[in-house]
Amino acid sequence: MNKPLRRIAIFCGLLVLTLLIRDNWLQYVRADELATDTNNRRVAIERYATPRGDIIVDGKAITGSKQAASGDFEYVRTYKDGPMWAPVTGYASQAFGTNQLENLEDGILTGNDDRLFFRNTLDMLTGKKKAGGNVVTTLNAAAQKAAYEGLAKRGKGAVVALDPETGAILALASYPSYDPSTIAGYSDDDQKAWNKLQKKANPNDPMLNRALRETYPPGSTFKVVTAAAALEHGLYTDADSPTKTPLPWTMPGTTTELKNEGTIPCKNATLRVALQWSCNTVFGKVGSDLGNDKMLETAKQFGFAEEQFTPVRANASVFSDDMAPSEVALSSIGQFNTAATPLQMAMVASAVANDGTLMKPYMVDKLQASNVDTIEQTEPEELSKPLSSDNAQILQSMMETVVDKGTGTNAKIVGVTVGGKTGTAQHGVDNSEKPYAWFISYAKLDDGSSPVAVAVVVEDEEADRGDISGGGLAAPIAKSVMEAVIESKK
Amino acid sequence: MSSTTNPSTQHTSTIGSIGTPSRRNTELGLLVFAVVIPVFAYANVGLAINDEVPAGLLSYGLGLGLLAGVGHLVVRKFAPYADPLLLPLATLLNGLGLVAIWRLDQSELLQDIGQAGTAAPRQLLYTAMGIALFIVVLIFLKDHRALQRYTYISMVGALFLLLLPLVPGLGQNIYGAKIWISVAGFSIQPGEFAKIVLAVFFAGYLMVKRDALALASRRFMGLYLPRGRDLGPILVVWAMSILILVFETDLGTSLLFFGMFVIMLYVATERTSWIVFGLLMSAVGAVGVASFEPHIQQRVDAWLDPMREYTLSRQGVGGHSEQAMQALWAFGSGGTLGTGWGQGHSELIRFAANSDFILATFGEELGLAGVMALLLLYALIVERGVRTALAARDPFGKLLAIGLSGAFALQVFVVAGGVMGLIPLTGMTMPFLAYGGSSVIANWALIGILLRISDTARRPAPSPAPNPDAEMTQVVRPS
Repeated sequence: MNKPLRRIAIFCGLLVLTLLIRDNWLQYVRADELATDTNNRRVAIERYATPRGDIIVDGKAITGSKQAASGDFEYVRTYKDGPMWAPVTGYASQAFGTNQLENLEDGILTGNDDRLFFRNTLDMLTGKKKAGGNVVTTLNAAAQKAAYEGLAKRGKGAVVALDPETGAILALASYPSYDPSTIAGYSDDDQKAWNKLQKKANPNDPMLNRALRETYPPGSTFKVVTAAAALEHGLYTDADSPTKTPLPWTMPGTTTELKNEGTIPCKNATLRVALQWSCNTVFGKVGSDLGNDKMLETAKQFGFAEEQFTPVRANASVFSDDMAPSEVALSSIGQFNTAATPLQMAMVASAVANDGTLMKPYMVDKLQASNVDTIEQTEPEELSKPLSSDNAQILQSMMETVVDKGTGTNAKIVGVTVGGKTGTAQHGVDNSEKPYAWFISYAKLDDGSSPVAVAVVVEDEEADRGDISGGGLAAPIAKSVMEAVIESKK
Repeated sequence: MSSTTNPSTQHTSTIGSIGTPSRRNTELGLLVFAVVIPVFAYANVGLAINDEVPAGLLSYGLGLGLLAGVGHLVVRKFAPYADPLLLPLATLLNGLGLVAIWRLDQSELLQDIGQAGTAAPRQLLYTAMGIALFIVVLIFLKDHRALQRYTYISMVGALFLLLLPLVPGLGQNIYGAKIWISVAGFSIQPGEFAKIVLAVFFAGYLMVKRDALALASRRFMGLYLPRGRDLGPILVVWAMSILILVFETDLGTSLLFFGMFVIMLYVATERTSWIVFGLLMSAVGAVGVASFEPHIQQRVDAWLDPMREYTLSRQGVGGHSEQAMQALWAFGSGGTLGTGWGQGHSELIRFAANSDFILATFGEELGLAGVMALLLLYALIVERGVRTALAARDPFGKLLAIGLSGAFALQVFVVAGGVMGLIPLTGMTMPFLAYGGSSVIANWALIGILLRISDTARRPAPSPAPNPDAEMTQVVRPS
């Protein structure tokens, strides 16, 4: 009976051998794939096992981490003044993932970034817990507060403020907003809060980052671009010679007259006067005289037709091609298909203020390891030069006239030179909907430096139609943002 | 007398034979390790989870040590020549199982869903009961051949145990398999006990019938085909396995019993044809039942595509379970060396994390290295069982020992293979490791019987009684 016994022993040995091979297959060959599978909850548990790094504004953290009350995720994200900073931070939620800065700099914030590998290994050897790094932003807390509170008084809208000399984003506000703290966890409450924030449940769409992701018709603020195109392409060479503009002016190829708002001195007006009173006829004719190609070329120089990465993505602003001359005329006064993000219009103002050089907008100053060593520093970068510096100075003097004695007087600041442009953009079928109130501006100090350029758009559904004008609704917000920046520079 | 001078025992055993030292001190030495290793593991879990040495360390260590010590003393007294490895191996596995169960007790998630919390103290109680039964076996079963007398009673007993879960009001349907009965608040798996009782029946029956089954056969295509009427017993056992599969939807137990019978039949008759028949019949049976039994089908589907099963379960589709995928993730996350005791997340398996799926906890926290070591411990138990069968001097002992160790090996393969996704999952538990009274108690009894057989096998033969005839038959040669 012993021969079959030995065979059975071999059979049992084969059974165990099969198990050993299978175990090696699972725990050695497939181990990485299984361990990093996103459905494997351990990946998320590990991610929330240490406090997340912070996003920093003016040396203070605007985010935090707290220990979760229950569940297997140890730390949960918190936000200080969440709604105010949401367009900057985005959210980091256990249930719904991350977006914007929280998403783009996730590696640094969780400490998983390859650049932190050596440091993490060292920490592991010395027995320290892995810690996330920080993201230091370029934002200015006072300017952001001014922007957010200004918008809150007006209803819907967005504000972007830039440092024209570097492209650093100083304020990035959107209203209505949301508090990312309310959706940071994965409880039923977080789910309810999330559902309430969705556009389906909330027509105000509070999670929309209007400053970067919404394109509005820019209305008359686009005339700054048109004026720049006129100067750069040599259609007119200075601000104070009369343009050849009849009044009324019929758009080429049509029998339609382009209307001005009210009775303003637009007939053969100089560029300065035309900008001061926001003459549709003058700039419409400039646009159609230059033609689609030249207008588009200048618009592109200012950053139109391209997504911007701050590093958070901003939608591309629109200036169409292949348009009839009449459509080019309408587009050149910021109507028809023309649409711009608030960031785009702030870039227009900042390029003019920076003597024609457009700096690439950015909001991350530097990335730090948990011990505040700098891992990466953002250097200001020139994006393009839409204007020669001579033409830029001509345009500056025109925009300063707008604020000094034109439609933008509400933005005047004592002791500071302010240049700006108002806009009231009509939209909807037959312009039936409430127009958007725009204001773009920059401030210049006595020493010739230009610390801030700002774009404000207000979509105020409650306001009386007649009240909506860039000068009335948007300029005061721009003014307070500029003041906040100048104040903090002192 | 050494084995080299005794040609008759040379082939049957490599353990040695008459005159072998009892090796009880070896057993004691190994037992110290078998108790100390789990105690360190226990301290390790406490330090990892609560940053402190667990308060129960002393009582736990003493408890396990005491049980092992009593077991050892009983073996020393009542089975002095028994195999020295089996008791330490079983103690070590049992102790590590207790640690893993206690570790899962600490999981809030499992506490919330009522899957753990107080399992470890209960398991310690079951262990005590198991070792008590082990002692009873060693004290009262003076010679394993006594069991031979109960061959047909064993058959009736095994059938009774197997049918118990089908009795209305007594049987319980837990997660689709009807293999439990509920008595006085305790869930009992009669199948675990039936395994041993059936082995006794098969051994007794085959010992008597082996010659008829082996010799009366025709040769066909290189195989010895049994006569039609000799097919009877295997058909009956096969039918019984199928019935278990159909009515209790328990693939594991069914496979285990049939496999055990085929192994014993093969050993008894030395006819390879039985293996071929056995494999054919089990394949036909399994495929046949799987084609109409939804519970089995679902197990097979989950095995073929665990990720799909996980997704369906997450979407809240009824009748699906994410356990299989969660177990694979646990193994994968453990990697080569594991996360260390108490630092894994095998509680994500949720249901049966500390019973059927306990190997996944070892996989995650002790890694590939730990699981391979565990599998080798099991392999050693089987190896000692097979050696016991080789050393046994009587056919009944041989058959019983190989039946029990073969069943043990099959059970380890079916459970570990199921948890690791090698074969479909079945409702059985890792012997000694997993939480569950029936399993622990029955397996301690199994070890007890193996020790008894090995004691009988290795015991020095009594010195021959002086033969009164010797003098008279002496031939005196003229010199």
